[in-house]
Amino acid sequence: MKAFAALFTAIDQSTKTTIKVNALAEYFKAADDIDKLWTIALFSGRRPKRAVSTTRLREWGAEVAGIPLWLFEDCYPIVGDLAETIALVLPPNQTTDNRPLSQWINDLRAVYKADETAKKVFVLDAWARLGGTERFIFNKLITGGMRVGVSQKLMTRALARATDRDEAELAHRLMGNWHPDDTTWHALIEAQDASADASRPYPFHLAYALEGGPEALEHPADWRAEWKWDGIRGQLILRGGEYFVWSRGEELMTDRFPELARAVDYLPDGTVLDGELLVWHPGTAHPARFNTLQPRIGRKTVPKKLLKEAPVVLHAYDLLEWQGEDVRHLPFRERRAQLETACAAMPEEAPVKLSPQLKFSTPADLHAYRDGARDAQAEGLMLKRADSPYLAGRKKGDWWKWKLAPLTIDAVMIYAQSGSGRRANLFTDFTFAVRDGEALVPFTKAYSGLTDKEFREITAWVRKNTLQRFGPVRQVTPHHVFEIAFEGIQASPRHKSGVALRFPRMLRWRQDKPLAEANTLDDLNEMLRLYG
Amino acid sequence: MSSNPVLTFTPEGIYCPAGDFYIDPWRRVDRAMITHGHSDHARWGMGRYLATHEALPVMRHRLGDIEAEGIAYGERRVIGGAIVSFHPAGHVPGSAQIRVEVGGEVWVASGDYKIIDDGLSTPFEPVRCHHFITESTFGLPVFHWEPQQTVAAYLNDWWRGCADAGKTAMLGAYSLGKAQRLISMLDPEIGPVLCHAAVENTNAVMRAQGITLPETILANKDVTAKTHPRAMVIAPPSALGSAWSKRFGPLESGFASGWMAMRGVRRRRAGDRGFIISDHADWDGLLWAIKQTEAENIYVTHGYTDIFTRYLNEQGWNAQVVPTQFEGESLDASDDSGEAA
Repeated sequence: MKAFAALFTAIDQSTKTTIKVNALAEYFKAADDIDKLWTIALFSGRRPKRAVSTTRLREWGAEVAGIPLWLFEDCYPIVGDLAETIALVLPPNQTTDNRPLSQWINDLRAVYKADETAKKVFVLDAWARLGGTERFIFNKLITGGMRVGVSQKLMTRALARATDRDEAELAHRLMGNWHPDDTTWHALIEAQDASADASRPYPFHLAYALEGGPEALEHPADWRAEWKWDGIRGQLILRGGEYFVWSRGEELMTDRFPELARAVDYLPDGTVLDGELLVWHPGTAHPARFNTLQPRIGRKTVPKKLLKEAPVVLHAYDLLEWQGEDVRHLPFRERRAQLETACAAMPEEAPVKLSPQLKFSTPADLHAYRDGARDAQAEGLMLKRADSPYLAGRKKGDWWKWKLAPLTIDAVMIYAQSGSGRRANLFTDFTFAVRDGEALVPFTKAYSGLTDKEFREITAWVRKNTLQRFGPVRQVTPHHVFEIAFEGIQASPRHKSGVALRFPRMLRWRQDKPLAEANTLDDLNEMLRLYG
Repeated sequence: MSSNPVLTFTPEGIYCPAGDFYIDPWRRVDRAMITHGHSDHARWGMGRYLATHEALPVMRHRLGDIEAEGIAYGERRVIGGAIVSFHPAGHVPGSAQIRVEVGGEVWVASGDYKIIDDGLSTPFEPVRCHHFITESTFGLPVFHWEPQQTVAAYLNDWWRGCADAGKTAMLGAYSLGKAQRLISMLDPEIGPVLCHAAVENTNAVMRAQGITLPETILANKDVTAKTHPRAMVIAPPSALGSAWSKRFGPLESGFASGWMAMRGVRRRRAGDRGFIISDHADWDGLLWAIKQTEAENIYVTHGYTDIFTRYLNEQGWNAQVVPTQFEGESLDASDDSGEAA
């Protein structure tokens, strides 16, 4: 665990990419295969089976620390991380331990089926042996989610350097459904046959936001435009007679979208599509709104009724594999032409549709499309270079997203709550209200959008202007006006104001605006009427 | 409790009716007893100040021409109907807890305090009392400080690593107290210690009053990484990443504070390295201090007041939260404040 803890610390305490990649590459050169495999797994969100419930972990942590459980529970939101909270409240370790990371994981696995007493003995013994970062990592092995400031991209780069392999090939190998329990370092990284797993997706090509307008793009004829749909980005894989659906977050969602099973009837085996999962009722001109998708994401299996209420189709916009061949290197116009051919004979009831391209000749045409995006239930436009290959990850230059300007409203801050983790001692979570005569009606919360400096400033102000406390929440003097940006608005009986916002965040702190100039409930209802 | 308490909490600050004076007032009053020189405790504009002899030089340096009188630790003074004395709080040099006795009832306002001996400040001495006003900046069981020598070793290892790699080490620290404590923890064998003017001015004040500090160099505009290789620079946190810091590059920056115990805060504020070192008591320190006073009534201010108060009440004390206007600043307050220390 010591080598892994040192790596973790090196990555965690640095903000510099080169230092992180160097630390990782050095680690990958020196560590045993099994430790390397687990390191990649942990840093890409995979984890050992949970051997101990977090409830027990909290109880044992509080017990060993000699504090009441409520006190532990009160510390947790302030620290912001369960594994860290436990690591911090425990007394110092009594001894040290030289077991490597993979050995600890094995030992943890060994108590998976043991009774609770044996588990407790094991966990308490580990706490007595491990201090500092090692103890934190041990807890993380149980609670999961080893989030550290290293992206898949950086890890892949370090791996490429340490193994002398191509970065893009490694990125592809690391995708999909593997777990250290059923593969080896050799099979995952080194073996010739990388196609062992039929479900393995390709890394998604991601776009940067287009700053300014499409005027910045030279030669309009070199570009293709599409709607930027407001759904879930997904990859549909048809291989070996089966189908697989992956989300952009690399989650396998096949069982959530059973209607896509019929895709195998319309498309040949050895096809991989990139597209958007949307709720789209047959015979309607536009997809349904994003919130109709939410119940489909929320559950692992879908009842018949929901399938009827919220039927999902994949709107395909790219072709990554055709007849078993990886075609990502081909220019977008060729991939697109093949995609159009493949979709040409598709009947109306097929669960896959071709996402249209928007014809244009000047930037003005694109502006006109974008102005109509909200009506088309799209969140803007995608602009793709016609000769671009399908790249892995977020790359600048070939693909741009040009989103709609958000909706905005000026609102009054009325409650403040401190953040957690990184922002543990700042007030960062605010509740905002609109005016209704003399009254203030809360309608949304927002957490992000201010700079650290602004959060510090508002924190000092909150401390001095607290009217009342409700546990961690403070009611403050209504004074400060913030411009709240959001992507959508809809009626919601669950909210006092009658509306719910999508992606609300603070766009600006309007220190120039007095309270009397904040927007009103009538303004909010008017927005609901226009955009809801 | 008698119907007329010895100390009360007013919008101006902690007030003693029997002696007609305030402790660490934050609005202008005639007579102020000051626990220590940090700007959120020693404010400008009071008619008369009383503080320890050791705290006065810094207060004069910061507040200018004030009408102030010094008092020795332990010296008893009768002010109106109250007997007042100052006792070491161990927070920064000159810091004091203020004991107020009226008709046999004893209250202690502790100001900010820490239990461990930092080698510079007069070490904390518990004072027996009936009513104890305590801070709770780090009043959660997640805060446990390591011994000063251990942290000093981390600090010097980091500095040595930077120096060997041809980099300057720059440490953000509050100019009164924390900076001098860090300076005294450094190993002078590694390289020169350069101080930002705000820090060096406070060093000079302390040296003039007889406090021994290792040799430091004022980092004026002629002092750079070239003229002083292998250097450690001590500067107020606001100077980190500023134009001023550029001439010491290439550099690594660090931050020393109790808040660095939390990974999230460390990642937000630490720069390259965070060192957990505080001039406030940790969880065990707070509880130890409270027990030592033998007080039954505890007033909790500055920090995690609600949680700490609930815990004390469960443990059998009669504890209450002091009203919010007494709340101190935190890590993210102005650099001049010592509260984050």
